[in-house]
Amino acid sequence: MAGQNEIVVRFAGEGGQGVVTAAEMLARAATGVGYHALTFATFPSQILGGPTWTQARVAKEPVLSPGDSVDILVAFNDEAYQEHKSDVREGGVILVDPSVTPSDDDSNHRCIQVPFDDLAKETGESRAANMVVMGGLSKLINMPLEYFKDFVSERFAGRDSIIQANHKALDLGLHQLENEQAISDLGAPTPPDYHQIFIKGNEALSIGAIHAGIEFYFGYPISPATPILIFMERNLLGEGKFAYQASSEIEAITGIVGAGFSGKKSMTATSGPGFTLMGEGIGLAWMAEIPCVVVDVQRGGPATGLPTKTEQSDLLTAISPAHGDAKIPVIAAGTVEECFYAAVHAFNWAETYQGPVIILSEHSLAERAQNIRIPNLSETPVENRITYQGNNGYLRYESKEISPFPVPGNPGSYVANGSEHDIYGDTTHLAKYHIHMTERRFSKLELLENAPFESTNTNAKVAIMPWGGSKGSAQEAYNLLREQGVELSWYYTMFLNPLSPDLIKELKGKDLVIVPELNYQGQFASLLRSQGIKAEAITQYTGLPFQSSLLVERINERLVQFKNDAMVG
Amino acid sequence: MSGKNPEYDFLWCPGCGDFGVRRAMEFAMQDWNIERETPMTHNVVVAGIGCSGNTVHLLEGEQPYGFHGIHGRSLPIALGVKMAREELNVVVVAGDGDFLSIGMEHIGPQAARNLNICAVVMDNGIYGLTKGQSSPTTLENTVTSSTPFGKMESPVHPLDLYLTLGVSYIASGYSSKPRDLAKLITGGMMHDGFSIVHVSSPCTTYNDTYEILKGSRAKGTEGTAYDIPEDHDPANKEKARNLIEKGGVPLGVVYQDTTRPSLGKRLASVREKNQAKNAEALLNSFSI
Repeated sequence: MAGQNEIVVRFAGEGGQGVVTAAEMLARAATGVGYHALTFATFPSQILGGPTWTQARVAKEPVLSPGDSVDILVAFNDEAYQEHKSDVREGGVILVDPSVTPSDDDSNHRCIQVPFDDLAKETGESRAANMVVMGGLSKLINMPLEYFKDFVSERFAGRDSIIQANHKALDLGLHQLENEQAISDLGAPTPPDYHQIFIKGNEALSIGAIHAGIEFYFGYPISPATPILIFMERNLLGEGKFAYQASSEIEAITGIVGAGFSGKKSMTATSGPGFTLMGEGIGLAWMAEIPCVVVDVQRGGPATGLPTKTEQSDLLTAISPAHGDAKIPVIAAGTVEECFYAAVHAFNWAETYQGPVIILSEHSLAERAQNIRIPNLSETPVENRITYQGNNGYLRYESKEISPFPVPGNPGSYVANGSEHDIYGDTTHLAKYHIHMTERRFSKLELLENAPFESTNTNAKVAIMPWGGSKGSAQEAYNLLREQGVELSWYYTMFLNPLSPDLIKELKGKDLVIVPELNYQGQFASLLRSQGIKAEAITQYTGLPFQSSLLVERINERLVQFKNDAMVG
Repeated sequence: MSGKNPEYDFLWCPGCGDFGVRRAMEFAMQDWNIERETPMTHNVVVAGIGCSGNTVHLLEGEQPYGFHGIHGRSLPIALGVKMAREELNVVVVAGDGDFLSIGMEHIGPQAARNLNICAVVMDNGIYGLTKGQSSPTTLENTVTSSTPFGKMESPVHPLDLYLTLGVSYIASGYSSKPRDLAKLITGGMMHDGFSIVHVSSPCTTYNDTYEILKGSRAKGTEGTAYDIPEDHDPANKEKARNLIEKGGVPLGVVYQDTTRPSLGKRLASVREKNQAKNAEALLNSFSI
């Protein structure tokens, strides 16, 4: 929601024009002096060219979503101008390249031509067009140019000629807009008094996995999960650690199951198409009771779908990726910060119940860059599986409950088996063992049932309960509705399967639970209904995240209908 | 576990070649344990799905670790087991259907990486466990339950395929000679790279090739299996190719390249220079 002391800037153009880095640069520079910021990016599935846009929301207070109405649009070409001008709020500013001819009838916006590229060339650094833009923005949003200059000096430390060129570009940009009026005044920043990092969802998730003790990463490139593979290959490989590119998602999942069998904490990351291919391997991990973590950074589906757009449509697949009687634990991250914690929890769950755990992230979170409080590692405990310490002759699957995990190389050899097996691990077709093992596998899920959840204003009879990356927009919508005096409870958890029994009990007491989610079917709402909860989804399937203001409208509509129904009833 | 597990009731058919391969596997793992001074629990047998995969449950004596996974994926499972704990001796047992049909896509990458594991492929030219469908090595025109008009595809030539893909140790063996076969498997285990021991292991129920392999004195036919001459130089790729193209079933080490480093060796040299970074340092690198 565009409010006081905040600004939303959108950059639109073609891939390769620096559109992606512009939003990040603005956000990074602003957070460096104590503002809060987050970015949103969407681009076509190609290396160069194609319509791309990114957005940065900068504010005095922490922000939770990419922002609804655009205050400033920077359009690098005519197509971008035509496509995005209607999203700019009344009185907003549009910066365009001189090749763009602004519409005559556009009296709602201030449209300013700025020769980004020509000015960049004057600096001797043709790639500095972004800095020209930043210089202009510093005037429009009333942010001292020094903020940007300090950022440049820091980022390019030791490379004086680049610093000089970029500083010059900033000056030229500011000079161009010298006589323009600022569109808003953010006010002096009030830097948080805690240690902050500026990081993207995929990076936070990767570091979470490293904190959790990951030893083995094996993955196949796929948008938008590839950055996790790259991060792991650069940072994980070392003594006793493995990070490597797989030849397919089938290889990736079966490889990490093999590593999990060897006693290592293992993970792979993928997106929808790869996740579908992993189904049988995830079933194997469930069946043979091998801890491992699979990340699904969701994009639009099915099949190849929308590789570079955001959606929350893999929830049901995540819980049931495999055929047969299996119910896979799922943790969904809702913020960049939660990407870190979801990874730690997922490994802890995998170790605790000795089986596969799915992390759901999504494109908009994976690519979101944001300032967050640095995770407190000493207060984030790490779990390790109980290993078998006895002699040979161990009956790995004798117990009806979880049992110590034998590590190859040590006494306790057994056969880990994807076929139904007896207490030795040998293949069987006997009903008594299928009953024993099925009950054993499901009983282990009870170890995961004490997961925490958020709840606020719990006395209201109607609740809003988002999941995953819709959390931010939903939280903003909830806050606005509460300000309007609407009686509404708030519920949220990262731990979607198994859901906490306490949470289910509370939700069952509600007359209506509204679930905003980015899919057609209302997947989470249908899961809640299967638990006897009166849940209804508010859905969107545009490939883009919810806008908080639209969510407020749709929740209000639903509440009016709910009241009318109640009166009729 | 068969000896200790009275309820395990899977049986190979009488005369099945897989009995001999199992025996050879037992010999080879014992040899490995003596050579490396390790207990049996340092061995991991990763089994495919099919008659051959049941070897993992039928091994006698001291038990190695076993992983009986899913159809076609024994190689990547073995990759995970091995690269997680490189000190383990990781051996794959799979059949021609598992390894060369559904699992074929995994051979190339392991050859390219020179993954240090040994795969023992039991080739009976048929899908035995599902009762007699054609496999990649079933000969052209053969009538099977799934090829009622005769097989309309050319068979795969496994040794040729392995050589082309760059497998660095290729041996060919016969299930009726378990002592000889054990030596080939031990050689594969000792080889620091990706080794495949391809074994002719006849199916007495659906594709009995004993007579073809051994020949028949009564009928005056020569067997297709023959010992590779002692002067064959396995280090010479050209000679290996000539040997394969001669046809028949050569018994012995066809090809061995000891010059290419294994994946483990390559990673070890990277690890010497590279340390895994810890979470605290990584988080701090994103500090504002």
